[in-house]
Amino acid sequence: MNGEPIKLLTGNDLLTGDVTWWTGAAWSCHIADAVAVGIDADSIAAAEQAAQRVISAYAINATRNADGCRPNHIKERIRALGPTVRLDLSLRPGDPSAGAWIA
Amino acid sequence: MYQYDKHDQAMVDARVAEFSDQVARRLTGALEEEQFRPLRLKNGLYLQLHAYMLRVAIPYGTLSSRQLRVLGDIADRYDRGYGHFTTRQNIQYNWIKLEDAPAILADLAKVGMHAIQTSGNCIRNTTADHFAGAAADEIADPRPYAELLRQWSTFHPEFDYLPRKFKVAIIGSEVDRAAMKLHDIGIQLVRNAGGDVGLRIHVGGGMGRTPMIAPVIREFLSPLQMVSYLEACLRVYNRYGRRDNKYKARIKILVHEIGADEYRRQVEEEFAHILTLGLEPPPAELARITAQFADPAFDPAAPVAIDRADPDFAMWVDQNVHAHKAPGYGIVTISLKPVGGIPGDASADQIRLIADLARDYSFDELRVTHAQNIVLPHVKRADLHALWQKLFEAGLATANLDLIGDIIACPGLDYCSLANARSIPLAQKISQRFADPVRQRDLGELKLKISGCINACGHHHAGHIGILGVDKKGIENYQLLFGGSEGADTAIGSIIGPGFSEDGVVDAIERATNVYLAQRTEGERFLDTWRRIGNAPFKDAIYG
Repeated sequence: MNGEPIKLLTGNDLLTGDVTWWTGAAWSCHIADAVAVGIDADSIAAAEQAAQRVISAYAINATRNADGCRPNHIKERIRALGPTVRLDLSLRPGDPSAGAWIA
Repeated sequence: MYQYDKHDQAMVDARVAEFSDQVARRLTGALEEEQFRPLRLKNGLYLQLHAYMLRVAIPYGTLSSRQLRVLGDIADRYDRGYGHFTTRQNIQYNWIKLEDAPAILADLAKVGMHAIQTSGNCIRNTTADHFAGAAADEIADPRPYAELLRQWSTFHPEFDYLPRKFKVAIIGSEVDRAAMKLHDIGIQLVRNAGGDVGLRIHVGGGMGRTPMIAPVIREFLSPLQMVSYLEACLRVYNRYGRRDNKYKARIKILVHEIGADEYRRQVEEEFAHILTLGLEPPPAELARITAQFADPAFDPAAPVAIDRADPDFAMWVDQNVHAHKAPGYGIVTISLKPVGGIPGDASADQIRLIADLARDYSFDELRVTHAQNIVLPHVKRADLHALWQKLFEAGLATANLDLIGDIIACPGLDYCSLANARSIPLAQKISQRFADPVRQRDLGELKLKISGCINACGHHHAGHIGILGVDKKGIENYQLLFGGSEGADTAIGSIIGPGFSEDGVVDAIERATNVYLAQRTEGERFLDTWRRIGNAPFKDAIYG
């Protein structure tokens, strides 16, 4: 995928364990809401974890273009979408192209 | 089946109360994640790829219909309507909310179940032959011994922080249906020349990064010394097992490095000492447990003959029904591997239906197999057709046991945070490629096992055909292994050559089966042909 290399901050919601993405002010389960964090990832992660708003936070490499942000590694793409074998349980349950986004 | 006594119940109830308090403190922030993580893991609550995952222990794979029904209800009430039966005879729920975990454990405790020691470097749930108590070839029922081990190992203070996790399997037949030699300790009930039942103890097997077959450490042990002997085995491991390197911390590495003879010498020395301490439970305790595994009231007049006029029913009987020790009864395996399905997954409705069928047809009993299927152990042959019809209506009558469609697959990268590649989509593609039941039966017994990483939860080392998913510069890649086996002829498979893409590995498997069909002699399984002719013809066909 061509585009701008960026870093995104991700983690899991304390209550639900859901995958979450840092939006600049809060956390969203939709990667489309994520913002690039650059060198601030560690400090944001530390502050958010200390505030009990997220667990297991870490930065990942991604690429941003006109279509949005896409994690570079398949593992993070699956985290962002949901299980590819149960797209009905994913974040894009009605989208037949969701599986192709993973590949 | 074993019923909790007041001590069992008190222990489990106390754990529920303790964990409820820990979760409450985590939610208020009184406990930080670093403090809480080991506590939740001790209760089977993992943080997986998408959410919290709860692993519930199914002791030696044995369930009552009441217990299974609760597992189905949990799937509906707290998860997303399904559960995943694992290669360790447990069940996992993939979408658990932290605040619900105590309530789930409380629901489990009401039916004598828990999630204790389903994680961590402790003695995990003891697994057993899934035909235990029913098999025609059984020397003795291994479940009373497994239950005694459950009681011994649960909250054992000395073995709560072992160098690494520890898995025990026990079988009571000559045929090994539990991959017993691929466990940290494998126990086989045997008879000596005098006709006495004893235990043959294997130690130091395992799969994972360094697969090893457990050597025999004790040829014959009195069952009344089992706990003392295992105490000695664990104590030597706890003393000398490596804690400096996670990848060399399993007992198989210790046994391999010091040698089976030296390990045996040390165990025997420790065993002699332990015998002086009087740690062994009194024989009355084993007798008390054994009495709870008494046979159900089999009908001695149950007819053996069945009407095989329906060819689909006859095929299912041939493939999924095994010989029972009681005339007129059969052991039914319900395949959780429909064509294109997710191995080991069952919906809440299917789980409850199976529970009802166990109530109606199998004296309320069930087993979970390490191959991710479910067994109704005691079904009257006269009831087989009625049972099959109900299974068929629910999509649970796939006649593929031990065939290429009966694939073991770990959750893989679709769910597991440790995985490097997806396992389930590959299993689905293979089962679809070989969907034709006639073709599957023509290929005969062919155990295909897929792991999404080197940890080998999908038992790829033990597959006649094994598949290991790896991460090749961010791309899923699959290595193909041939020649693995569990059971009496346990063997570790070997990688045949360079890896494949997902579609490539499906094609490669089809080419391998074509070699088998062309080269097999009368009665040979895929594994037998591979052993006879070796890798070369398969490699030529696959890599051409």
